[in-house]
Amino acid sequence: MKHHSIAEALREAIAEEMERDRDVFCIGEDIGVPGGFGGAFTVTLELEKRFPDRVLDTPISELGFIGAAVGAAMMGMRPIADVQYSDFLFLAMDQIANNAAKLRYMSGGTIKIPLVVRAPVGATGRGSQHAQNMERFFIGIPGLKIVAPSNAYDAKGLLKAAVRDDDPVMIFEHKLLYGSKGARAEAGTTNASSDIPDEDYVVPLGTASLRREGSDVTVLAWLLMLHESLAAAALVESDLSAEVIDVRSLAPFDWNTIGDSIDKTGRVLIVEEGPITGSVSAELAAGIMERFPDKLVAPVMRVASADVPVPFSPVLENRYRPDRHRIAEALCSIVS
Amino acid sequence: MDIELTNSIEVTDDYSRTFLMDLYEKMVLCRQFEDRVKLLFLEGTMPGTIHQSQGQEATAVGVCAALGKDDYITSTHRPHAHALAKGLTAEEMMLELFGRATGCCKGKGGSMHIGNMDKGMVPAIAIVGGGIPLATGMALSFKMRQRDQVVACFFGEGATNEGAFHEGVNLASIWSLPVIFVCENNLYGASTVISKTTRVPRVSQRAASYGIRGETIDGNNVLKVYEATHRAAEECRNGQGPVLLELLTYRRVGHSRRDPAHYQDKSEQAFWFARDPIEMFKNSIFSSRDITAAELAAIDARVAQTIEDAISVAREAPFPTEDDLTQDVFSMELKS
Repeated sequence: MKHHSIAEALREAIAEEMERDRDVFCIGEDIGVPGGFGGAFTVTLELEKRFPDRVLDTPISELGFIGAAVGAAMMGMRPIADVQYSDFLFLAMDQIANNAAKLRYMSGGTIKIPLVVRAPVGATGRGSQHAQNMERFFIGIPGLKIVAPSNAYDAKGLLKAAVRDDDPVMIFEHKLLYGSKGARAEAGTTNASSDIPDEDYVVPLGTASLRREGSDVTVLAWLLMLHESLAAAALVESDLSAEVIDVRSLAPFDWNTIGDSIDKTGRVLIVEEGPITGSVSAELAAGIMERFPDKLVAPVMRVASADVPVPFSPVLENRYRPDRHRIAEALCSIVS
Repeated sequence: MDIELTNSIEVTDDYSRTFLMDLYEKMVLCRQFEDRVKLLFLEGTMPGTIHQSQGQEATAVGVCAALGKDDYITSTHRPHAHALAKGLTAEEMMLELFGRATGCCKGKGGSMHIGNMDKGMVPAIAIVGGGIPLATGMALSFKMRQRDQVVACFFGEGATNEGAFHEGVNLASIWSLPVIFVCENNLYGASTVISKTTRVPRVSQRAASYGIRGETIDGNNVLKVYEATHRAAEECRNGQGPVLLELLTYRRVGHSRRDPAHYQDKSEQAFWFARDPIEMFKNSIFSSRDITAAELAAIDARVAQTIEDAISVAREAPFPTEDDLTQDVFSMELKS
């Protein structure tokens, strides 16, 4: 048994998968420069020493190298492509949305795209363009599988599952959860480290995870908001009993786990970092009302960000990002 | 940089009679297929939209004749000739164009995504320039696996003003990848003439900015296209890729569907219409080899019959079922 941060767990997962399968390789900006920083958040640090031919540093060229990763995957390689900040995915949108997601379907099911795209999200004092929670823009693209780990155990297991999956998988990781060290350490982080077993394991794609049992209300959250939701549930535990589910798989949603919980509680609060309009939580809310109308005893509620670009000033950023106090307030309101 | 465009094709003794007849037959197949598809479309029996390639047969056939069975092509929204030249049958294509379940993409691709990976053709990428990074990635897989394969990436001159061109060619160049970037310069991006969109007179000049070799070829001279592609493929297999080929050609039809191409200058049309790639080739092999009009007429008739047979099969073939709608999105389906 080891104890790892998310950054360490991801690094270990990548190394083990590269060791296991010669077709696995990493491609991205500043990921394997000797003396560099191992990607923006140290995940690939020093992997180039072990795999000199399979950690490919690229020009600043997201459309180009994501497209190249799709092309290599189409020929049977298993690339792990890495953008420094998920906001840069807009530059590669055509290759992800029009090629990676669609080539299998438009080929009549003959092509496989075993591609992994890793992308850091979250508001972290960098202003509007290195801050967005980009997962919302991809959940509505058929052909993509999407996960968002909130702890190191899941990060390792989900990345391994993603590498072994034959379809394109996007992994959204939160900058405040990595536990990156040294020059790439973040201020104001949340501890998301876990015990990591010595033996090989995967966390299956497409599954949610129950993090806290409760009976009055189901809280759905992922990434940093999962941690804030757990903290909120603890704050109000003398008044109400909140069940907290780590949604974890954003495409597809694990409706069985979500439905079982709503069966028990009849109430749902969804918590999301990111503008409330056109969000993941909007899709979750609609899906819950379509699937479980008879289980609900109260309307679904959401806590999410205002419909604004991510601001810089800490005062504004803290107002933008939902926190345990706002979540706790919403919990009291939905149960009352 | 400027090249002479003549109406005669030099046929050296290096070429066997069979090879020349095959080139002729392939070009006639492309032309007749497109002419027949146009009629089917106008009579209203063929669904969708079409982008046709009459006049550009020598680029498709010349390039593909220089490739091996294990080599690949990527194509564009105007893919029919590329597909036929790479070895797809008129029947599997006609089935696809009619939207039938037994088409080369099970009726899910259609005209703009026609392809067959078993025959070395990626389903056509109909986003202008979108196939360029993809081809780079395919070539990356060849290099990483030490395969002797090349990929020929077709695109129009319009694509060379896309960011995807810059990023895809640059990546291929820094990694010396085995890609032949084949620019079919037919002078028009939809209705817009190249002189209004591009300051350099020759697309091949752009190769200099990537430190790779570029060459402009008379794209209506099928033997020149074949020779240039053959040279480029050899360079690519020797680790001296990529290469940018600019093939000067001309569309004898509109951009799509019912476009009468009124934007094409009359004298320009007259010049290029007198340089029909099939007529030029036919006249040259008549004069240099003992190939008779009767032999070529027999080829024409055989091709026509092949196409009529393909149409008969396609008209009778089953459509996909409603259940097929949700098949082939993923290779490994997850429950949700």
